[in-house]
Amino acid sequence: MELNDFIQKFAEQFEETAIELFTAETEFKNLPEWSSLTALSIIAMVDEEMEKRITGADIRNSSTIEDLFKLALSK
Amino acid sequence: MSYNPFTLEGKTILVTGASSGIGRATAIECSKMGARVIITGRNEERLEETYRNLQKADHKFIVSDLGEENGIQNLVSQLPAIDGVVHCAGITSNLPFQFATREKFDSIMDVNFYAPVEISRLSIKAKKLNKNSSIVFISSISGVFISSVASSIYCASKGALNGLIKGLALDLASKGIRVNSVNPGIVETNLFDAGLITKEQLAVEMNNYPLKRYGKPEDIAHAAIYLLSTASSWVTGANLLIDGGYTLK
Ligand SMILES: NC(=O)c1ccc[n+]([C@@H]2O[C@H](COP(=O)([O-])OP(=O)(O)OC[C@H]3O[C@@H](n4cnc5c(N)ncnc54)[C@H](OP(=O)(O)O)[C@@H]3O)[C@@H](O)[C@H]2O)c1
Repeated sequence: MELNDFIQKFAEQFEETAIELFTAETEFKNLPEWSSLTALSIIAMVDEEMEKRITGADIRNSSTIEDLFKLALSK
Repeated sequence: MSYNPFTLEGKTILVTGASSGIGRATAIECSKMGARVIITGRNEERLEETYRNLQKADHKFIVSDLGEENGIQNLVSQLPAIDGVVHCAGITSNLPFQFATREKFDSIMDVNFYAPVEISRLSIKAKKLNKNSSIVFISSISGVFISSVASSIYCASKGALNGLIKGLALDLASKGIRVNSVNPGIVETNLFDAGLITKEQLAVEMNNYPLKRYGKPEDIAHAAIYLLSTASSWVTGANLLIDGGYTLK
């Protein structure tokens, strides 16, 4: 999966946040819509789309969408 | 021995999920109450560790994967006649509903629901459950009393057990077999080591428990002992809520 596809799939897990706000540099945990449910959705999305297992700790350890993408790829 | 309606002396008890957490504590506590226990789990090393902590001798351990049909058959075929079973084997799932595919449902339902169903059914069919025995399901508050985000599969598996218990309790009453559940709130076990729930979240959540702590595996084991013993002779079809007051709020 390419970074751009990842960003799109990442954005799809949100309901309210405008799509333009999702870029490689987006600090996703600062988005007002960020919650434990979106976190679980991201974990499930990475499992479904990339067949990679990331954890809550991986989410905590990444700040931008690209950070998380790289972390997921390294699994 | 002095008067003790909770004793398990002379009883043989099967405990599934005995390699960890609630199942391990249940096996150990049952042995302390005088039972002969048959313990089962997938992980041999952890099961042996439980075995070493059992009090007195003549216990038995059977390694089996209850997610597989032949694992269940393997277990039941090795069972002696028993006076009770505590179904502790179980797994969780933290998937938002849109990711909860049939495949994901099946993998949880197989262990949390179909395994205890089949172990109970096959043991009864093979006449391995003695008269006046007791079947205990470790259910949950989730799916029966409350829910939390991303737990639709887990809740469905525990809710299904709840319906099953009512049906079974009635069907087995004529055999003198009692069927009940224990429904715990959060208990400190490996179940939460999957890394999805952070330590910080768990610390915050603890404040929602009026008794200001999470459950210990022994808190649940002691409830199972009550339901296995003659102290609960007139209890069947019941859900024993053990949650430090969580669902009061
Ligand atoms: N902890 C809680 O907060 C809590 C709250 C409410 C209800 N419960 C319920 O309590 C029960 C026990 O949970 P726990 O907290 O003690 O969890 P745990 O420490 O993770 O132990 C789970 C046990 O289930 C066994 N198991 C899992 N999959 C299996 C399989 N396919 N075949 C055979 N055995 C399998 C494990 O065996 P191996 O390790 O050998 O694989 C282990 O012994 C579960 O039904 C759970 O839903 C727990």
